[in-house]
Amino acid sequence: MTVLRYLFTPILALIVMAGSAFAQTPLVVDVTEGTLDPTPIAIPDFIGEDNREAEIGADISRVISNNLDTSGLFAPVDPEAFIEDISDINLRPRFGDWRVINASALLVGEVSIDENDRMLVAFRLWDANTEAQMQGLQFVTSPDNWRRIAHKVSDAVYERLTGETGYFDTRIVYVSEGDGPNGEPIRRLAVMDQDGANPSFLTDRSYMALLPNYSPSAQQITYVSFRDGRATSYLYDLETGRQEALFDSGPSLASEGQSLSARFHPNGRELVVSAERHSGHDLFRFDLRSRTLRQLTTHPADDVEPSYAPDGDQVVFSSSRGGQSQLYVMNADGTDPQRITFGEGRYTTPVWSPRGDLIAFTKQRSGQFMLGVVAADGSGEERILYEGYFVDTPAWSPNGRVLLFTRGDRTREGTTYSIWSIDLAGFNLRRLPTQGEASDPAWSPLID
Amino acid sequence: MKRLSILAALALSASLAACASQPEPVAPTPEPEPAPVYEPAPEPAGPIPGSEEDFEVNAGDRVFFALDQHTLSSEARATLRRQAAWLSSYPQARILIAGNCDERGTREYNLALGARRANAARDFLVSQGVDPSRISTVSYGKERPTCNRSTQECWATNRNAMTIIQSGAVS
Repeated sequence: MTVLRYLFTPILALIVMAGSAFAQTPLVVDVTEGTLDPTPIAIPDFIGEDNREAEIGADISRVISNNLDTSGLFAPVDPEAFIEDISDINLRPRFGDWRVINASALLVGEVSIDENDRMLVAFRLWDANTEAQMQGLQFVTSPDNWRRIAHKVSDAVYERLTGETGYFDTRIVYVSEGDGPNGEPIRRLAVMDQDGANPSFLTDRSYMALLPNYSPSAQQITYVSFRDGRATSYLYDLETGRQEALFDSGPSLASEGQSLSARFHPNGRELVVSAERHSGHDLFRFDLRSRTLRQLTTHPADDVEPSYAPDGDQVVFSSSRGGQSQLYVMNADGTDPQRITFGEGRYTTPVWSPRGDLIAFTKQRSGQFMLGVVAADGSGEERILYEGYFVDTPAWSPNGRVLLFTRGDRTREGTTYSIWSIDLAGFNLRRLPTQGEASDPAWSPLID
Repeated sequence: MKRLSILAALALSASLAACASQPEPVAPTPEPEPAPVYEPAPEPAGPIPGSEEDFEVNAGDRVFFALDQHTLSSEARATLRRQAAWLSSYPQARILIAGNCDERGTREYNLALGARRANAARDFLVSQGVDPSRISTVSYGKERPTCNRSTQECWATNRNAMTIIQSGAVS
């Protein structure tokens, strides 16, 4: 198993260059109104003294450009159009040269590697219209960490221009799908950077792995493993590669049947999970330190797919207690369950937004599937973001502005699965660059 | 056995030919009649009683469910009664009941639904006198379809509880 040293490589960020006063209306990118008018930004290759620095600089600019482009909020200007050749990031750019090619923002940067192989990456973000510097930062790390620097710069630009936390220095765990030589299903956990780079597998072909979720620290995942012959909720430590079945901790915890996808409490010390008891599925709270389990629901109907509110005080889940599957919110101790969806169709896979106000869900009606959001208190109308042949497993970006989901498309050979992203306004539908068929995305929190 | 009887017939016709020293040209030579050959009675057609194949053919190894349902139809109950009768004839047999779903549902929902289907089949077998300790269950949700195409027929086929003889079958 790959040990993700990645998570622990130190990156020092220093604010070194303060912004100056604004002369005109400052540049602000609105994330709420959708993406019909993305902000044009020019991103010349980060400069370097020698070939190695210049090469890394160009790679960093390419990754930043791709990040900002896929967000749907920015439109990187074609470098062919650039007039000014940036040679020193500490000189004021010729803003007229950038305005004339319609760039609203300009991101310039520089890479320098010292004799100890320490890499310093500095950047300045300029408002081309007000000619004010909006952001200036530098990062110190090792050169092989250049991709993470590119993501951190992207997050800084996103944050400065939108006022929202970014989500580029993150990873995505998902299920890689396929069929074996005898038609047996292959479902392996895979992980990659948010932009598809650095893909690797976390599990092998010998058992099915489904429905992963991240811990708040991004160092553990939960998932459903078939390594014991049936669906069993597992905890997987990404640092050590160690795996354990949640319900194996003692005879009193042993589930009578299968256990399904567990999700972390925001405190990282507890989980909520659905497991089979007395022929039905009930919700349980699992304490990771005391290894104790507490039953939260006892309804004879199936209660599945629990997800904590970001404050940890409530849990949303889906249940067939009202006949067809609908969404319910209860207190984290299991009291006071309230139904929050009343529409026609089958509602499943509720996931609480990291911002707390919304719950994403999938809905099945009249042979179609929908991805939607509804207010966590059930007030107001639900909003459908995407409708298609098949939708499953929504997953929020850490800033709550983007959703990933599994999409199924009908083909002659059967249904093929892929992961797509869409923003909260229902714009910017994009396929994630996974290798082969993919499903069950889980988005890590921002990596520190 | 087939080979034996052919050899016997050949030997017989050879001896007939040896006796015909003066052939009559007018009358056509009668076809030599093969001598009766005694063979053991053929095995009864079909699978060996008590085998996995016997269970599949004569009891029926799976029951089907309506869309999004886990209740047993009268046809499903009839199949399960035959399974229970078969299991009482072969008390050594232990079974695994696998609950399966079509692909028109979300993954975790289907894992739960598949478990309901397996449990419904198990509970019925137990009500028919099968010792519960002989039965284990599993849900594969929608992950192990028997039919891979995205058609109504395939989906109906894939909504099932499948009984698999794990041990104790006659082979």
